[in-house]
Formats: sequence, C-alpha cells, structure tokens
Amino acid sequence: MSTASDSAALDTGRRQWTGLIVQPIVILLALGAVALWISNADLTDTERVTLSVSYLWGLTLEHLKLTVVAAVIVLVLAIPLGILLTRGPFRRYTTPVMAIANIGQSAPAIGLVVLFAFWLGFGFEATVVALILYAFLPVLGNTIVGLRGVDGRLIEAGRGMGMSAAAVLFKIELPLALPVMLAGIRTALVLLVGTATLGAFIDGGGLGLLITTGVNLALDKVLITGSLLVALLALTIDWIARLFEQVARPRGL
Amino acid sequence: MSENTDKSSTGAAILIENVTKRYGGGKKPAVDQLTLEIPAGQIVMFVGPSGCGKTTTLKMINRLIEPTEGRLIINGEDVTDINGDKLRRKIGYVIQAGGLLPHLTVAANIGLVPKMLGWDKSRIAERVDELLDLVSLDADTYRDRYPKELSGGQQQRVGVARALAADPPVLLMDEPFGAVDPITRQRLQDELINIQAELHKTIVCVTHDFDEAVKLGDWIAVFDEGARIVQYDTPEQILANPANEFVENFIGSGAGLKQLNFARVKDVDMRPGVIGRPEQKPAEVLELVTLAERRNAVILDQRDRPLAWLSREQLKRMTELPKTRDENLPLVSTGSTLNDALDSMLQASTGSAIVVGNRDQFQGLISVETVMNAIRELRENASRQQAPVGNNTGEIPRVNGHGDDAAEDEAGAGSHAAVRTGRHAAPGDQAPSAGGSAAEPASASAEPETTSGTPWAGTRPEQGSSAADGTPSGGAAENPDRPEGRP
Repeated sequence: MSTASDSAALDTGRRQWTGLIVQPIVILLALGAVALWISNADLTDTERVTLSVSYLWGLTLEHLKLTVVAAVIVLVLAIPLGILLTRGPFRRYTTPVMAIANIGQSAPAIGLVVLFAFWLGFGFEATVVALILYAFLPVLGNTIVGLRGVDGRLIEAGRGMGMSAAAVLFKIELPLALPVMLAGIRTALVLLVGTATLGAFIDGGGLGLLITTGVNLALDKVLITGSLLVALLALTIDWIARLFEQVARPRGL
Repeated sequence: MSENTDKSSTGAAILIENVTKRYGGGKKPAVDQLTLEIPAGQIVMFVGPSGCGKTTTLKMINRLIEPTEGRLIINGEDVTDINGDKLRRKIGYVIQAGGLLPHLTVAANIGLVPKMLGWDKSRIAERVDELLDLVSLDADTYRDRYPKELSGGQQQRVGVARALAADPPVLLMDEPFGAVDPITRQRLQDELINIQAELHKTIVCVTHDFDEAVKLGDWIAVFDEGARIVQYDTPEQILANPANEFVENFIGSGAGLKQLNFARVKDVDMRPGVIGRPEQKPAEVLELVTLAERRNAVILDQRDRPLAWLSREQLKRMTELPKTRDENLPLVSTGSTLNDALDSMLQASTGSAIVVGNRDQFQGLISVETVMNAIRELRENASRQQAPVGNNTGEIPRVNGHGDDAAEDEAGAGSHAAVRTGRHAAPGDQAPSAGGSAAEPASASAEPETTSGTPWAGTRPEQGSSAADGTPSGGAAENPDRPEGRP
C-alpha cells in the first residue's frame, strides 16, 4: 500500500523534474530563434535602435522592476492578511474581503491601469498600484485556502502538545499550507509579467513599450519581438517559481 | 524494569472537580457538573455513546477545552488557571492516527515537546532512540523517515512515543487505536499494556469500543449525555454487575465471553521454546529440536527478538538461518488477553504462538491447549475471580473495606471529603447518577493492598507516597470515587 503510493509520488516527482528541465531549454531555444531572426532581418533605422540588445535589456529590466516591486508588495500585504483572515475572530470577514479582492481581479486590467493613472498620475507608481490590485487575489486566496486545508487534527495535536498558537501557525500551519501558497504566488507572478505590459500605456515603461511602439508606428518586427519577449519572460518567471516550489516544498508531504 | 521506572516519573492523580462545560448560550451543557477522580498510575477508560461529552471531558483535562466552571487538580496542584501551553507540555496527548506532523521526520515529531522544553540536541536524540525502542520500532530504520512512509500502526506507535517524549506523568488518549485494522489494534493495545507495566503513567483514554475499555482499563467510566457518569468501576465489576440497562446495552452481548479478557498470557504457563541464533548452522539447531522432541525452533536476534519460527522440515532444507524478521510470525504479547492470543493462533492457523514481552523480547510459546486449559480453570474459578479481594492480573486489588476507613481519615476536609461523603451517602440518594452502582462496596480499593503483592509493587511505594503528597489523600487517589453525578 505504502509502496504503491510511494512509487506514485516518486513518479509525479520525476515528471515535475522533467518539466523543470525541459522548460528552460525551450525558453533558451526560443530566445535564440528570436535573436537569430532579428540579426538576419532587414531592419530600418528606427527598428535597429529599438531592437538593439542594450535597449531591449533596459526594457526587460524595467519590466522586471515593475513585476518584482508589485510582487513584493503583494506578498507583504496579502499573506499576512490571509493569515489574519483564518484566525478565529476574523474568520467571518473572509467572504467580504475575498469579494473585494475579486473585484480587483475581475476588473479589466487595462481599465484599472488607466483609472489609477488618472488618480495617481502617469508613471511607475500608478502602474505598480494597478498591478498590486490585479495580483492580490491569487496570493490572498491561496493563502486562505492553503491554511484552511491544514488538517484540524494536526493543529489540535500541536496545541495538545503545548505549542502556542503562534508556534502552531509557524511550525505546522504555514509549512503545510506552503505548497498551495506557492502555487498562488506563481500564478500572481505570471499574471504580473503579462499585465505589466499595460504599463506602457501610462508611461510605466517595460517591454509593453515595444508593443505600443510596434502598433503605433506599424513596425511589425518590433511588435512581434515585444510580444515574444514578454511571453518568454513570463515563462522564465514561471520556471523560476516552479523551481522554488519544488525546492521549498517541505519534505514528507 | 524497576530501574527504568526510577528515573521516569510515574503517574499523577487527577481530580476533575465539579466541572461544567457550556457552549454558547442557554443550551444544555456538554459536561454537567462532573466530578471525577482519576487514580495515579492507572488506566481509566471513558466510554459512552457519541456526543456524550467524554471527549470534551478528556480535552478539559489538558484544557484544550476550557471548563466553564469547576476546578482541575493534577497531582494536588490546581491547574485551572495556570498557562495552558505550559500545562499541556506536561501532559502527553495521543490522538487518532497519531496526529503526526507530515512535514517532520519521526525523530523531529518525537522531539517536539523536549525541544519546547529546551532540552539540548544530544539529549533529545538519545530520548528519541530510547522511545522508538520502547514502542518496538527500530531507531536506525525509522528515525529519519517521514510519517507517510510508515504504516498506520507504526504512525500510531510514533504518536505514543511522541506523547511520552518529555516523560509526562499523565497521558491523554483520544480514541487512539480507532484508525487501524483490528489485528494492528490488538498489537498496539498489547504494547500499551506492556509500556504501562513499565512506566505506570496515569492514562485517560476515550474509546467507543467497550472491548477495548475492558482490555485496557483499570477502571471504566461509562458516560451518558452531559458527561453524566452512569457507572465507574473496574471492568470486572461492570461486566458482572452493570449498573442499569444503559450499561448492559453498552456492554453488548457476550458479557460472559468478554470476561475471558481478564486472563492474560503472562498468567498461564508458557512453554519454553528451542532457541536458535542466526549465526548457528541449521543442522545444529535441528539437532537441538530433535533432542528436545519438539517440532519447531525459534530464531532470536541478539536482543532476543524473534526473527523466525522454523519447523524441522524447514531447518533441513536451509543452509543458513534467516537474519531478518519474518513479518508473519504469530506473535502475542505477555499483556495480551487469552482471547487475543486465541485469535492470533487461529488467524495464523498454527495452533500455537510466540509470546513476546517488553521490547519484543522472546518469552516462550503458548498453544491452543494451554489457552483452553486456562479458560477451563478460569470458568471454574469464576466466582473467585469476582471476589473482592483482588486478582492475579495486575489490576487493582480491590475491596475489603478496612483500608478505606484509614483513607477516609486522611482525606480530611475539602473537596475530597465532599466527594467521598457523596460516595458514602446511601446510594439511593444519588438517583440521578443513574441508579448508582450495584457494585458500590466492592469498588472501595484499599491502599495497603496496592503497595504490595501486585506486579506493580516494585514501583508503587514511591508512587503512592508522591500521590499522598500531591493530593490530600493518597488513599483517595487510589480510589476513584463514585462520582456524585448530578446535583
């Protein structure tokens, strides 16, 4: 019985590792193909400037900065809020808070971005605020779901052994909820990379600039490069997050 | 055994005094003014229908559930208002399926409480190995495993080891063996009996299985709704004189057969076996078997744990004796009841079984004939078994009244006096406590008896005195009073 489940677990484990190895290879191949294509393409002057390695690298860094800043703020806010909402007296606020978070998620991202631009002014901050609202739900939701999914008997066992409520949270609940929470964080990161593209509309920078430029000036090569780079960046972030999930997942689960 | 007990702390008496638990508003209380005394160093089983408040009562002992009213006294100390977390670190807690933390290794699980108590690493590691050994798990094999890599029975064993880690005087068990298959359950129960024979903890155990209560309990408390005590007595007395129809129904059919549960393997004559060691040649062992005119030889490892049980034919065929343990050996423990032993033999269809004691050490062989003889004797002596003077099974020696008066004097004033007065009042006064108990006088245990002549005698004296220090009366501690029940 246990050997069967062991080998099954081993099997899924192996499959996950295979995926983790294949993904970066695919990303690198695609990146190589894009590079090859650009270097061999017949480019106008504008295109040559826009598609230069240093410019693309700068945009990518900008894009990452948007993503990372928003992600860090989301983590710092959403995880403690999720923990709070699973503690005794606050449990009843879970539904209203989730409803609000849901609004952030279901409102069209482009609408959010523009709205915040008018409120906070065009630029980096407005983009980050919009991104935070957009990525809040998966992290908050998965934190709550993960913590609620912890077997109540284990919590009771912990308390029964004399662990304080805080010790139970940090030594039992959070470790056991971690896989679900990490999955939520990964979802949020991928959402953020994609949505950060819209920052270009309100002067937030990032790889979205390539897309807007490409559309506005009818530069197809710039447009295509921009789209591909965003997609590859999202895949890369997803891969890093998966890798982290695999490593951070408590053994024995 | 006794040297082991010297360094470990034995049980503490518990007094649940007039405790009520009310949930929400004006509803009926889950536990209604319960007064219950749990004698030190003994196993008290809580049985009753689901929702009767037995689990709530258990959880109020370590204050996982805070009582609404009433006091809780452990080892003479009022623990109703002390820090709950600190209290719980001194009380072992075992739940169904072990409740092991899946993300921690076996060693880390067992080491949880010692770590909280600030033990250093080497001491914890040492203790972990000691405990794994105590629950018959090989430390080197299991120490670093994760719970999911263990079978249900092994998880439950680790759960027991974890509860014992900081050597608490009291152990609370909430349907500990509910989630394992019947054969494993029986072995775990046997092991618990063996462990208890070694450690003498005060154990409170909730179960819905009356047979389990009979097998494990020194005392059984039968609960009805509102944690009302219907009967609180020794298993023998409850089976022989159920207080009322409710208890009778709870016992179920075959009460007579259940009484066979009181004779344990260690009470019957075991046959010595022909013993072989793995490093011997099969031919040598075969010669011993032939010489002794026996059919089988038991192969033991260095620590006298049985590895295999080989017939002459098997010995003839073998070139080398097995060095690993045959998992299908028909094993019974010295603490097993004859019923269980019979079950094991029938299941293994061997007609006999290997008896092991503490830490799986080989003790001898037992055959169906031995058990049948013992059962016959048991039947002939049935009346004597129920006589109040005591028995030969290591249960509490009971009744004879004289020690009781002394205890009464010692008990002096205070809550105990109140409890005892309640008990000594005419049973008829306590109509609400479900007709009182037919076995009233018989249940009065006598202090002098407990300190001598029983298998526990070696460790009882110091324990008795500690109970006497702790509670107003050691005698009272030895004597689970008939609870007052409802006002």
